[in-house]
Amino acid sequence: MNDLLALYRAQFRTTIAEQLQYRGGLAIWTIGLVLEPVIYLAVWSTVARSQGGAVAGFGAADFAAYFLVALVVNQATFTWIMWEMEYWIRQGHLSPLLLRPVHPIHRQIAVNLTFKLLTLTVVVPAALILGVVFRPNFAGIEPWTALAFIPALVLAIALRFAIEWTLALAAFWITRVTAVNQLYYVAFLFLSGQAVPLLLLPGPVKAAAEWLPFYRTLGFPVELLLGRLSPQDAAVGIVAQVGWLAVMVVLLNAVWARGIRQYSAVGA
Amino acid sequence: MLDLRAADVNSASIARFTLGRTMDDIRRPVICVRDLHKAYSVPEREAGLAASLRSLWRRQTREVTAVERISFDVAPGEIVGFLGPNGAGKTTTLKMLAGLLHPTSGEVDVLGFTPWRREPAYLRQMTLVMGQRNQLVWDIPVADSYELNRVIYAIPDDQYRRTLDELADLLELDPLLTKPVRNLSLGERMKCELAGALLHRPRVLFLDEPTLGLDVTAQRRIRAFIADYATRHDATVLLTSHYMADVEALAERVIVIHHGALRFDGPLDGLIERFSPFKTLTLDFEGAPGDLGRFGEVIEAADGHAVVRVRKADAAAATARLLAELPVIDLSVADPPVDEVIDRVFSDEAAGAADEAIEVAS
Repeated sequence: MNDLLALYRAQFRTTIAEQLQYRGGLAIWTIGLVLEPVIYLAVWSTVARSQGGAVAGFGAADFAAYFLVALVVNQATFTWIMWEMEYWIRQGHLSPLLLRPVHPIHRQIAVNLTFKLLTLTVVVPAALILGVVFRPNFAGIEPWTALAFIPALVLAIALRFAIEWTLALAAFWITRVTAVNQLYYVAFLFLSGQAVPLLLLPGPVKAAAEWLPFYRTLGFPVELLLGRLSPQDAAVGIVAQVGWLAVMVVLLNAVWARGIRQYSAVGA
Repeated sequence: MLDLRAADVNSASIARFTLGRTMDDIRRPVICVRDLHKAYSVPEREAGLAASLRSLWRRQTREVTAVERISFDVAPGEIVGFLGPNGAGKTTTLKMLAGLLHPTSGEVDVLGFTPWRREPAYLRQMTLVMGQRNQLVWDIPVADSYELNRVIYAIPDDQYRRTLDELADLLELDPLLTKPVRNLSLGERMKCELAGALLHRPRVLFLDEPTLGLDVTAQRRIRAFIADYATRHDATVLLTSHYMADVEALAERVIVIHHGALRFDGPLDGLIERFSPFKTLTLDFEGAPGDLGRFGEVIEAADGHAVVRVRKADAAAATARLLAELPVIDLSVADPPVDEVIDRVFSDEAAGAADEAIEVAS
């Protein structure tokens, strides 16, 4: 355990040193991250205004609140492992990692957390500025929602990481995983609440989305914080997060074991 | 015609290795390989649009044997050179020994472990260096990458300091440690890779082409270093190389594989005589080459430049005659690349020599 902590600390230092070499690239990356929800926000605000102020109870200020929190949650939960894993496997970079006495996932977790901390320095000021511009309605936030938001966010980070890590392992079997990634991103965009709050989805789609894990990684913590959920719904959501996380961790381990077998059978 | 039979090689080399030690020192082999076999199934289709459409619903695959039932032992402290032409199965074997590849069948025991289980206790005691695969972090100074390795391998501080000092001293790394890896030359990077792969003081080293692409000075330095490390730490080394000189300088024993099968396992002296009975003379001169056939086998001849192959025994005489009879500007005598030599030997074999003459006594 101590060794693992030391590893995370060392990886943290290394990643900071590495990322700071490319401050320009980092800044552009982060700007892209910030711009995406701003586009949804602009679109939905316009729709709301053209429909006489609100869409299904969402006014322009509600959309602003939703997408600003979604910006922060998305920043905390997104990963790039699906692209990186393909590169690792194709280029053989996975091989040296496999020969270290530590599971490669630790490196990835450490790098991911470090990257998040670094980009936070841009995302938080950006969210504040956007807050001034779009004047969001944060009236629904209460002490209990703020408190419950913390475990919900941590679980969302872990759950999305486990989902995307597992999907990334498709690269062991499929040569071009870009198509798979693209499919996942489209599904995620609509079913997680990233492009549309779940409330605005047609009934059956909304019901399906609530049962799928994607919503638990993004839309759920956002709605929870903004006070759009009852305490019961919040509790159910957190239980669902824990359940999905358990399922994904089991799945991840199983797929990893098979994938590594495949990798080392055909030529690492 | 080619009798490469090396009787009872393994026990012979172990006996040589243990010479001068007490009988108690005879330890069991560090590496034990039995009937190791690796076959890949590769997709195959003919060229052309029709064939590629057909392959959409019916995938043709073909079994390719990369390594064919090879067996050998390596004693503690031995340095063994692994030779064979490109595609012979050297790297595949090395990867199986290191634990990256699952074999199709057969057994391997390294330090008491089955490599492909990749138990941390095994990984802490071995290293695999594959030239172009960089383990070092590209954008940060070498020393920082090493620091990361220290943590990954949980190397105690004082041992780490001592090892790093020793490696930095042997490889003259000091001026390089503060530079980002991307600013290093190929030779510098290879030195740093090698040192990084040895910080945890592995007892078994698998080196795949450790000197590939390096200039002669750098090659020599790496060679000297590997030999030195092996003696200091009583490490067992298995290395592949294209350069006969690498193997000559380091290994007393060589294992030759060709088309995946083990063809020779024995002392180097016997191998060089048999596999490399020629020298290559490369000359630059003024004017036309004329008839060079009287000096040896002409490989290449153009105005001003020629390459001639002569028997080793005739090399000195041929050189003297060439110098006397041609307006030579420059002349060099070299062993042909080991790949070429071995390939030649095996194509000779295909042309009629009895296969079993090359079979290894096992």
